[in-house]
Amino acid sequence: MKQWQCLVCGFIYDQQQGLPEEGIAPGTAWDDIPDDWLCPDCNVGKSDFDMVEI
Amino acid sequence: MNKIIIIGTGLAGYTLARELRKRDQESELILITHDDGSSYSKPMLSNALDKGKTADTLVMADATKMAIDLNAEIWTQTTVSAIDADKHQIQCDRGAVDYTHLVMAIGASPIKIPFAGDGADQILTVNSLQDYGVFRQALVAGRRVLIIGAGLIGCEFANDLSSQAITVDLVDLAPQALGRLLPAAAAQELQQRLADAGVNWHLDNAVAAVHQAGKALSVELKDGSRVETDIVLSAIGLRANTTMAKDAGLDTERGIKVDRYLQTSAQDIYALGDCAQVEDLHLPFVMPLMNAARALAATLSGDKTTVNYPAMPVVVKTPLYPIVVCPSPRPVDGSWEEDVSDQGVRAWYKDEQGKRIGFALTGELVKERMAMSKEIPDWLG
Repeated sequence: MKQWQCLVCGFIYDQQQGLPEEGIAPGTAWDDIPDDWLCPDCNVGKSDFDMVEI
Repeated sequence: MNKIIIIGTGLAGYTLARELRKRDQESELILITHDDGSSYSKPMLSNALDKGKTADTLVMADATKMAIDLNAEIWTQTTVSAIDADKHQIQCDRGAVDYTHLVMAIGASPIKIPFAGDGADQILTVNSLQDYGVFRQALVAGRRVLIIGAGLIGCEFANDLSSQAITVDLVDLAPQALGRLLPAAAAQELQQRLADAGVNWHLDNAVAAVHQAGKALSVELKDGSRVETDIVLSAIGLRANTTMAKDAGLDTERGIKVDRYLQTSAQDIYALGDCAQVEDLHLPFVMPLMNAARALAATLSGDKTTVNYPAMPVVVKTPLYPIVVCPSPRPVDGSWEEDVSDQGVRAWYKDEQGKRIGFALTGELVKERMAMSKEIPDWLG
């Protein structure tokens, strides 16, 4: 399962868990997250994330 | 055509440049830095050991790559010696340079206390990748570290060092870790978990002197006890770099004073990041920096935009005990209302009228931070 890590603060977006408290359902693929979404921990943009295979 | 100069290539300078280029590819853009201009993330310094990173592998891109990506000139190892606001000109190692817009993203510096003792000059601080490189070099031989200051950085570094079986002594004047950011129950749990991982706590205590002891250092504490260690790391807080602004005649206080457009007291000179005080708030951490960078990028590309600060919780990178804090941004007398469970602590900080103005979450409950921050009034709405 793919995970994405914020390059600035290390927050991990886990596709399996999604972000329910932000209205992003579990299983939501990274590409399906809106482009103006911001990292919940540091507000950096989506473009500042790296795909991390875990 | 605009000629924009940004002084500083930390997170503030590079984030602003990136946000600007999303809106404006034409303006001439020059970034000036006194270091080598490597792009890295400072928050990642405090968990680099656990993540198997070194000072070198923390670099995301060097100045050459950043210059290409940003379509900018990046002048490294270059010092700015003066700013002439009236002439819209700066003085630096390369002579006088004109600008139409100047942005100061020059950060903050660690507060340093002049301790007594012949070892005091070896006290390290870490607030940049260069500092971190020196610290990691010292760690190669020295496997004992005494940290002064059990604030955010002190606790994060203590956790990271303890993950490598390095002996850590953590000294703080206050009776608990993270001071006013946490209620007592949460602080005690953090202290317990770090102690279980080998951290020796010296609370209600302070360093009196640092003496050379052969190749090691002997730290004398206020309570008279002595701790032998190899490295002393001071992490007692940051002070905004304001001298360059003061010398240029700009208003400063706890930082370079700017309005909601991030403009200083001089026309066409702006400031953001750890060096800036936006109205009455000096907030040296990442989320306010990001909000400011987006607003200023819009303003510099012709779409005047004010910065807004919602409540901005801070994640404390202590994997042994996950914590999120959302302190009141202004000093307000209040009290904690704690709700302790085996999942963690959920605590509201209330003012004297009972209004919720801050919070803290620990353990599994940290995932409630988004919901809880919605209940807190904007810091700069």
